[in-house]
Amino acid sequence: MSSSDLTSERDLVPQATPKGDLAPERDGPRDTGLDDATLHRWLERTWRTKPGIIGALSSVDHKVVARRYLVTAFVFLCLGGLNAVAMRIQLSGPQRGLIGPDLYNQLFTMHGVTMMFLFAVPIVQATGIYLVPLMVGTRNIAFPRLNAFSYWIYVSGGIFAWASFALSMAPDVGWFAYVPLSGPEFGPGKRADVWAQMITYTEVSSLAVAVATIVTVFKQRAPGMSLDKIPLYVWAMLVTSFVVVFAMPAVMITSTFLILDRLVGTHIFNPAEGGDALLFQHLFWFFGHPEVYIIFLPATGMVSSIISAFARRPVFGHLGLVLSLIAVGFLSFGLWVHHMFATGLPKLGASFFTASSMLIAIPNGLQIFCWLATLSDGRPVIRTPLLFVFGFVFTFVIGGLTGVMVASVPLDLQVHDTYFVVAHFHYVLIGGSVFPLLGAAYFWLPKLTGRMMSERLGRWHFWMAFIGFNAAFFPMHLVGLWGMPRRVYTYPAELGWGNINLFITAGAAVFFLSFVLFTFNMLHGALRGAPAGNNPWDAGTLEWATTSPPPSYNFARIPVVTHAEPLWAEREALPVATGLRVDARELVISTVAEARPDIREKSATPSIWPLFAAIAVGATFLYSIFTPWAVVWGALPIAITLIGWFWPKGDPEDEE
Amino acid sequence: MFAAFGTTCVLLLQGCSGWQSALDPKGPAASELAWLIWFFTGLCALIWLLVMIALAAPLAMRSRTRSDPLVLDPGAEHRKARAVWAALGATTVILVGLTLLSFFANRTLAAIGSDAELTIRVTGHQWWWEVRYENAQPSRILTTANEIHIPSGEPVRIIVTSTDVIHSFWVPSLAGKLDLIPGHENVLDLMADKPGVYRGQCAEFCGQQHANMSTLIIAEPRPVFDAWLNDQLRSAAAPVSAEASAGAELFLNRACVMCHKIGGTVAGGTVAPDLTHIASRQTLAAGTLTMSRGNLAAWIADPQGIKPGAHMPVVDLNGDELNAIVAYLEGLK
Amino acid sequence: MKRGLVVLLSATLALAACQREERDTRPQSALGSGEQPAPVTTLEPGGERPSVSDNKAAAFEANAFHLSEGKRLFNWFNCTGCHANGGGGMGPALMDQKWIYGSSIESIHATIRDGRPNGMPTFRDKVPDDQIWELAAFVRSLGGNAPSSAAPSRNDDMMVHPSENRLPDAATLGKSP
Repeated sequence: MSSSDLTSERDLVPQATPKGDLAPERDGPRDTGLDDATLHRWLERTWRTKPGIIGALSSVDHKVVARRYLVTAFVFLCLGGLNAVAMRIQLSGPQRGLIGPDLYNQLFTMHGVTMMFLFAVPIVQATGIYLVPLMVGTRNIAFPRLNAFSYWIYVSGGIFAWASFALSMAPDVGWFAYVPLSGPEFGPGKRADVWAQMITYTEVSSLAVAVATIVTVFKQRAPGMSLDKIPLYVWAMLVTSFVVVFAMPAVMITSTFLILDRLVGTHIFNPAEGGDALLFQHLFWFFGHPEVYIIFLPATGMVSSIISAFARRPVFGHLGLVLSLIAVGFLSFGLWVHHMFATGLPKLGASFFTASSMLIAIPNGLQIFCWLATLSDGRPVIRTPLLFVFGFVFTFVIGGLTGVMVASVPLDLQVHDTYFVVAHFHYVLIGGSVFPLLGAAYFWLPKLTGRMMSERLGRWHFWMAFIGFNAAFFPMHLVGLWGMPRRVYTYPAELGWGNINLFITAGAAVFFLSFVLFTFNMLHGALRGAPAGNNPWDAGTLEWATTSPPPSYNFARIPVVTHAEPLWAEREALPVATGLRVDARELVISTVAEARPDIREKSATPSIWPLFAAIAVGATFLYSIFTPWAVVWGALPIAITLIGWFWPKGDPEDEE
Repeated sequence: MFAAFGTTCVLLLQGCSGWQSALDPKGPAASELAWLIWFFTGLCALIWLLVMIALAAPLAMRSRTRSDPLVLDPGAEHRKARAVWAALGATTVILVGLTLLSFFANRTLAAIGSDAELTIRVTGHQWWWEVRYENAQPSRILTTANEIHIPSGEPVRIIVTSTDVIHSFWVPSLAGKLDLIPGHENVLDLMADKPGVYRGQCAEFCGQQHANMSTLIIAEPRPVFDAWLNDQLRSAAAPVSAEASAGAELFLNRACVMCHKIGGTVAGGTVAPDLTHIASRQTLAAGTLTMSRGNLAAWIADPQGIKPGAHMPVVDLNGDELNAIVAYLEGLK
Repeated sequence: MKRGLVVLLSATLALAACQREERDTRPQSALGSGEQPAPVTTLEPGGERPSVSDNKAAAFEANAFHLSEGKRLFNWFNCTGCHANGGGGMGPALMDQKWIYGSSIESIHATIRDGRPNGMPTFRDKVPDDQIWELAAFVRSLGGNAPSSAAPSRNDDMMVHPSENRLPDAATLGKSP
């Protein structure tokens, strides 16, 4: 990109020196007028991740952190997938004795916990950590140290959960761990505590990412990227982050209440002393339902990006899609009770939640219609990412429609807690989120690795995943209607569920193998693939403006956005803004609505302290399943690490 | 893909006649629900098909790939907008319709048991069902376990609760499910149109043996039911053979007596299923095994092998002792 | 570094955790009753005899599952009828630090199995041996003699006394925070 110096230094930083006392000699060299090679040398020196193990552990580069997140989440996906395969083998025939109930209960709990908290939420957030700063044209995510901290907390939570599985003390109470089964009387040992605390780890981490994402989107957008020019994916991440901020505290409270009941002997869920077991379900699902949308909304953003690139046009109904994202975000908090229709709620109250659950289908329907309208304009370029989007529409619409079925109170009474529901939410979560994620992998991994993945293997992968998935999960609808409850480790032969379960297991095996192929394709593509170039798909958003993989500073000069699809509108060269210091980590902070450049702001430098803080926090969480005093003793190391983290650097700004 | 659908269609036909299937209704509530399921399924399938056509049609047409992404035809955009609005309007209408439909279905279900004569209290335990037939006369209150006899052709009120964890009472061919929650009492009305045996199963995960916590609903004509009830109210049959007498002795002097009740003897435990008429039941251990001498012996000899984690312990008995106890229990018709 | 720490932590917890979390419901031998010559009294001329340790003791003493099973059975078998939730009534209190026949799990097991003078009946034939061990382990925990990480927590009932996992450790009674 060539620098056509549209915006002068003064334009970019009109209020940078409000008091006028920032002496020029205390200011550093700016990027104005530097030639590209010099600029690169300066910026690389300023922004790079330092070499060596300490440097790697101190990195606050959003791309480095996101890569770690993605790899870790993929590892957890594989582990959760192996859990599923083990369960499917046990269920492949009636009365199989491969896995006993104790292990089976741990397996399905770990499967759910891993997929929800260690795979789905982290991977959509990680994709956001990587892409949002690039898409909004900034150099790093907001609060980069918090972002690094969130990764360390996440990975320690994951290790905590899986170490407990290795020690045969993994939670065995299901991923929503209803009391009293997970409560003090019926959940002996530390298994349910492991569930409760691993939730705390992952929720702290996703809250941190959500805050960073919101601030990045609101304050760090490239000059000119007013609200109407924000890419749909970024909108989706913004709404998701708000949903995280409002939903996650509910589950942290739930799990904390549970720990208190178990460890301290409170009576929050004890009906004999005035507590209530149903309170747990209300609290949990107040988080649990938005959780589904936390996983799904980013996927809609990915779908919009992919469709726009391959349909060769902006997505139809941009405003409608943004509004429907926001509507879904709000409505997702109003329908948690549809998970509790079988608990004997007052009938009129339950009917209200039928109506609200139906209501959310309207904005979701609008999204589907807008995508279909986009795709109907000319022949789309059919590549692997788009195939996965087709797979997404095919499966997610089924999941959405079965969602309408389970939203109906009377109908839900027959299918609730059966394999019908298992089928439904796998259609929603795999169809609605994993397929878009796979499409996104084919779409954006060339940006991460600089190399293309094989199109031929990609198509094989798609068809295997698509056929395997449908073969594994579609029959579950039926076996659920035939009366098979979920979470059973075996079933009697007389009920005639044997054949169909064998078929399901075969489908699951194909689905699993498709991921083996995907792993191979990823590794092969990253090492041997054809070079991708900056913009292999000729897409329109800013992340394609920089090199693949992007340099540590993302953009040599901050782009100025004139159109919602800047790369399509400015084919010759992207206008850029200059005036940022090159010897310090400076970002442009812009106004929330208009994205007028407002101020230059320092971005945090690398630091090892987020790692130490995560260790201190993680150790406190771990210890607190053994004694409540952990909170007291843990406060000390946490305070020390936070002091290290926020120690003043002696910058003039800090002293003001 | 089509293979998958084809296979599932074949399996669908074969599975319809299950004795624990929501698609094979045997009572008014389940019939209403089955109708609702089929209606929703049909409508959803239609909608899905339309979406698939809308997705596939442009691909089938031999149009060209767009050259400049930003050049849009205003007329086409306008037509698209109209189509999207129309689809959105149709969605809204359909959803309002479905909401009303499920609301009225709910009312129909609620009306079923308004004049029930018989009230049965079902209490969930890990991992069996305690069944109590309520009666104003204390001597006519019957407590039994795991199998629920009901008169066919009349509504029955079932009050469900739990003393340990949450369970869910679900007999798919008669009615939808309802949770058994400690500290709460829920009411489920159900009715079996015809005499028959309907299987139900716990539908809320309740711990290690959630999979083996099933129940049988045995619907009988009213006279048969009344006879059964009177029969069950009697004390246990006295042992007839010498072996059975030895078994009765052993029952009262070994671990059995600590938990189980046998009416008419000193065995009065209430924490495990009532065994007064155990031999009259069709299954053992909450539907885990069918009732037979062999299964009874196997269950007593190795409950932890058959139902790992269940609260029935392995009791140290030699072969003769085991046979004697089985002989005694076998006589408890 | 982080990983190393966690691995180290898990390794140190491993042994304790394994023993604490196992859920063995089937006795090793269905037909062996674990009949061992447990002493009925520890009183001996010339001082107290060390109690005979049983190989089952360790497997039950610190196992969370067995302790909670013991708690369940304590109610089911109506131990409360005489010992009143551990506070003592017709029978002696079980929550204090006075142990007439010693506080070891072996002695308590022997007490339940064989009975003691002045009213404690024998449950030799009425309760399977493993359940006696579970009861014995739980009775110890009533006095704070079980590790608090394995001792049972409160029940979903009216509270009669603080749950066993909140009792001060007997060894450090009055010293811990």
